[in-house]
Amino acid sequence: MYTRIILTLALAIPCLAIAGDDKSAEEIAKYREMVSDGNPAELDEMRGEELWKTAAGTKKASLEKCDLGKGAGVVKGVYAELPRYFADTKRVQDLESRLLTCMTTLQGIPEADITSKPFSTNNYKSDIEGLVAYVVGQSKGMKMAVSLKHPKEKEAYEIGKRIFFYRAGPYDFSCATCHSENGRRIRLQDLPNLTTNIGAQRAYTTWPAYRVSQGLFRSFQWRINDCFRQQRFPEPVFGSELTVALTLFLAANANDAVYDGPAIKR
Amino acid sequence: MKKIALLVMAMSSTIAFAANKDAALDAKALTVIQRDFRDKGIAKVDRVKQDQVQALCTQYRDHPPHALQDKLEKEQLAAVKYPADGKLMGDWKAGEKLAQSGRGLTWTDKEGDVVGGNCYNCHQLSPKEIAYGTIGPSLLHFGKMRGNTPDMQKYVYGRIYNAKAFNLCTNMPRFGHVGALTESQIKDLVALLLDPESLVNKE
Ligand code: HEC
Ligand code: HEC
Repeated sequence: MYTRIILTLALAIPCLAIAGDDKSAEEIAKYREMVSDGNPAELDEMRGEELWKTAAGTKKASLEKCDLGKGAGVVKGVYAELPRYFADTKRVQDLESRLLTCMTTLQGIPEADITSKPFSTNNYKSDIEGLVAYVVGQSKGMKMAVSLKHPKEKEAYEIGKRIFFYRAGPYDFSCATCHSENGRRIRLQDLPNLTTNIGAQRAYTTWPAYRVSQGLFRSFQWRINDCFRQQRFPEPVFGSELTVALTLFLAANANDAVYDGPAIKR
Repeated sequence: MKKIALLVMAMSSTIAFAANKDAALDAKALTVIQRDFRDKGIAKVDRVKQDQVQALCTQYRDHPPHALQDKLEKEQLAAVKYPADGKLMGDWKAGEKLAQSGRGLTWTDKEGDVVGGNCYNCHQLSPKEIAYGTIGPSLLHFGKMRGNTPDMQKYVYGRIYNAKAFNLCTNMPRFGHVGALTESQIKDLVALLLDPESLVNKE
C-alpha cells in the first residue's frame, strides 16, 4: 500500500507542477482520479489507528475506552454524528475537543502538550491529527446525522450561526463574506456557499482532508483556524466552544449527505 | 372580540419571547467571541471588537434599515481624507503590482510588512490576469467605460479609501479608513483603474 501511494504521488506531482499554484477545478478532478485508489491520508489513518490502540500518557492507557458518542471504544460511524452533547462533560464537543477530553482524562496527557501544537507541520506530526484521520475514516459512506435535540445542541447551532455572520477585524470580514453566495471564488479557488445545504454538504463531507499543496493531512479545526487567519482575525482557541459551535452549525447544515472524508484537496 | 384580543395577546407574547431568546443568544455568542480568541503575531484579540458599521451590518445581516444606512454612509464619507495636493492619479504599474498582492494583516504577516491591495482576490482587472476572484464585480475596462474626469477620480479614490461610504455593508474592505493602504498606494490604484495607458483600459 505504501508503495502504491508513493507511486501514484510521483506520477501526479509533475502534472501539478505544470498547473502551478492556482489549479482549476478540472485539474484537481483529474488529480483526484489519479490518486483515487490511494489517498495519502491513508497513511495518517494508519498512524492514527496505531496511536488509538497504543498505551500512552502518565496513565499508560490506550484510547480504546474513549467514548466518542456511541459508547466506549466505538469508532465506527461516530464522526457522522459529531459534534454532539456529552453528558459527562456537560458540553457539546466536536471530534478534536472530545479526543482532548479522552487524552487528558484516560491517558493523563497534559492538555497544554496537545493544544500548544495541534496541527502538523512539515517536520512535526501531530498525534491528534493522526487520531482524527483514523476516526473520520471510519464514517466514510455514512449519512451525516448531527442531532439538534438537546437544548445545548440547539444553542450551539444558534451561536455557531452568529459567529458565522460576525463581521470584524481590519477588513470587516465574516465567514459569510467569502462563503454566502453561489459560484464565487477568490483568485481561482472556488468558495462553497456554506449557508445552503448543498454547499455545506459538499464542503463538510470532504473534510478533514489531505492537502496536496501542503503535503499534509488537515483536521477540521485546522480548516477553521486557517479561515480565521484569512479573515484577519486573531487565533481561535483549539477545541474551544467557539470552534465547536461553528463546526456544529456547518455539520448540521450538511445533514443527510453521505460523509466522504478524508478527501484530497488542492 | 374577546377571542381576538386573547389571540393577539398570545401572539405578541410569543413574539416577545422569541425576541428575548434571540437577544439572549446574541449576548451568549458575543461572550464566546470575546473569550475564545487569542493574540497571535500582529492579530490581537482587540480585532474582534466591532465598530458601529460592523455591529450594524452584523445585526441586520448586511441589510440595515435605510435611514440608518444613509446616516452611517454619510459619516463614513465625511471621514475620507483626500490627498492635500489634489492629485488623485499615481502610477498604474505600481498599482498593478499592489493589486496582485494578497499579503497583509494576517497573523502570519509581520509588523511593518507592505500590505497588498488584494484586488485580484475579488475583481477582474487586467485582461492579462486570468486568476481573478469574483466576490466583487469585474473592473475590466473600468476607465474606458466610466471615463476619468476629476469626479470619477474622486469617486474611485473614495471607494478604495472607504467602500462602506458608498454601500454600508459591502464586502469590500475600507483600505484607507483602517490605514491598510497609504495615500500614494491608493493613488496608484486609481491610476490602475482610470489611466488610459493602464492594462485595465488598453485594448
Ligand atoms: C477571506 C476569505 C475567507 C474567509 C473570510 C473565510 N474563508 Fe473559508 N475558505 C476560503 C478559501 C479561499 C477556501 C478554499 C481554500 C482552498 O481551496 O485551499 C476556503 C475553504 C473553506 C472550507 C472548505 C471548503 C471545501 O470544500 O474544501 C470551509 C469548510 C470553510 N472555508 C469555512 C470557513 C469558515 C467557517 C469561515 C469563518 C470562520 C471561513 N471559511 C472564512 C476563504 C475564506
Ligand atoms: C473582499 C472583496 C473585495 C476586495 C478585496 C476588493 N473589492 Fe472592490 N468591490 C467589492 C465588491 C463586493 C464591490 C461591489 C460594490 C458594492 O458592494 O457596493 C466592489 C466594488 C468596487 C469598485 C466600484 C465599482 C463600480 O462599479 O463603481 C471599485 C472601483 C473597486 N471595488 C476597486 C477595488 C480595488 C482597487 C481593490 C483593491 C485595493 C478592491 N476593490 C478590493 C469587493 C472587493
